[in-house]
Amino acid sequence: MSDKKPERRDFLFTASYAVGAVGVAAVVWPLVDQMNPDASVKALASTEVDVSSLKPGNTITVLWRGKPVFIRRRTQEEIAEARSVKMEDLIHPEKDEDRAKNPEWLVMLGVCTHLGCVPLNDKGDYDGWFCPCHGSHYDTSGRIRKGPAPWNMEVPKYEFVNANTIKIG
Amino acid sequence: MSDHEYTPKSKAGRWFNDRLPLLTLANHLTDYPTPKNLNYWWTFGGILTFCLITQIVTGLTLAMHYIAHADMAFESVEHIMRDVNYGWLIRYIHANGASMFFLAVYIHIFRSLFYGSYKSPREIIWIIGIIIYLLMMAAAFMGYVLPWGQMSFWGATVITNLFSAIPLVGEGIVTWLWGGYSVDNPTLTRFFTLHYLIPFLILGLVVLHIWALHVPGNNNPVGIDIKKPSKDTVPFHPYIVIKDGFALLMFMIVFAFFVFYAPNILGHADNYIEANPLVTPAHIVPEWYLLPFYAILRSVPDKLLGVVAMLSAILILAVLPWLDTSKIRSAVFRPLYKQFYWILVADVLILGYMGAMPAEGLYLLIARVATAYYFLHFLVILPVLGLKERTIPLPLSITESVLGGSPNMAMAKKRESKIE
Repeated sequence: MSDKKPERRDFLFTASYAVGAVGVAAVVWPLVDQMNPDASVKALASTEVDVSSLKPGNTITVLWRGKPVFIRRRTQEEIAEARSVKMEDLIHPEKDEDRAKNPEWLVMLGVCTHLGCVPLNDKGDYDGWFCPCHGSHYDTSGRIRKGPAPWNMEVPKYEFVNANTIKIG
Repeated sequence: MSDHEYTPKSKAGRWFNDRLPLLTLANHLTDYPTPKNLNYWWTFGGILTFCLITQIVTGLTLAMHYIAHADMAFESVEHIMRDVNYGWLIRYIHANGASMFFLAVYIHIFRSLFYGSYKSPREIIWIIGIIIYLLMMAAAFMGYVLPWGQMSFWGATVITNLFSAIPLVGEGIVTWLWGGYSVDNPTLTRFFTLHYLIPFLILGLVVLHIWALHVPGNNNPVGIDIKKPSKDTVPFHPYIVIKDGFALLMFMIVFAFFVFYAPNILGHADNYIEANPLVTPAHIVPEWYLLPFYAILRSVPDKLLGVVAMLSAILILAVLPWLDTSKIRSAVFRPLYKQFYWILVADVLILGYMGAMPAEGLYLLIARVATAYYFLHFLVILPVLGLKERTIPLPLSITESVLGGSPNMAMAKKRESKIE
């Protein structure tokens, strides 16, 4: 910039650019936002699952919002194992009591928190899940114990509608 | 740059050229003075242009039959393979063409690294090249998603999840990229759109790449400036055209081998299984050309830092002209750099191999050492080497180097012939 004093014309230029920038931003936003989840995707917010056929030690995988959800009916050993872990040993400390309100039922997104693969059931060093993509090990509470994943597998919002039906979402 | 003013011979030609100087451009391109010592490593620019055009033509024809919908994409690819006339051929050319494109671009990049083509005054050519390379990776990745097989789906899931490593806004960005809560139909349709768009962006950048090249002119194997006026150069046409043409024929033999005799060898069998969001394949690997970066990603135990390391490995190339402090371009006259160059080549190949192996035990250890060395090469070895290295005296001109005027040059030529 030169060191001459700003004139009326400089003010007009700057004001025009500013108004132009606001206008461009207003036009760009719809073009960006159209990529976000649309109304039909958002509408598939909840799903109900019949879990009456599950025996202890069984897991079913259901699809919720395009993602797999693990529903596991845990055995007494698994519950005991999950509840006996010390908080200091955890990468992402969460009590099993908070993750599984009803200790027999563990409901969580079957999505590895590293890069989104589906971990394998009954595998890994901690008797829980093992992600084949980059080697994350989860325990019987779905908590990350070893490997590159930063967090425990996420517990979605869910509730028992009756004794046999879980509503996820 | 042609040194003389060009005037078309015919009256019609002059009339047209006065209004739109396309004939002047054509004349510039045919007469463009090229160093006469260019070797076959310089033919990959032409080969890459061929690759881009091949991908665009086969891609356009595939798009006439492909259906970008999660329920129909997989079947429409099988329809192309079985029902569409020559569909198998067009698809195999397109799929293997991507690999051939990367093969050629890696040779092109490593040629530039060996002969110092990225150095002043060619930094802008180099940076445009890196942007083209980034766009190529984006196009290849999104193209791989389109058949909607298991590798397509899970590759898309893993790569888009890289963005979730960004603090605070990461999850929001991933949802935005997906257009939902997982990779699904909205993801497929936008990837198809972008996959269609990117080659034309690359085409535009290729024009800039060549324009920027034609300002200083080509670098050459001895890496010294062309003396003007001199007998250092030959016109692009017919000398380079015929040489590029011959190299292209050789390249097409390799290309045809893959298309006709091993069309699936570079792909992954899992991609012939339709995408299933409930099951991840046992072993996810990207295409071979992305493996070194994948190895870098996995060798860092922290999620965010792994992503940062992987991106840095690519972006560090953009600042290479300023990291390499040596004024001497060609490795022919840099005895130490030449050795480090080959160590880097080996390092990248090792990273590529480790990227294909499971990330555990000895593989992981080797990948970590190779990752550390990769960054060491660019951040420490190159800056220091430029200041410390005793280089071999340069010849006075390209003509002198070609005719072997000086004893030093004879020595250099001998070394150079070894690497060719």
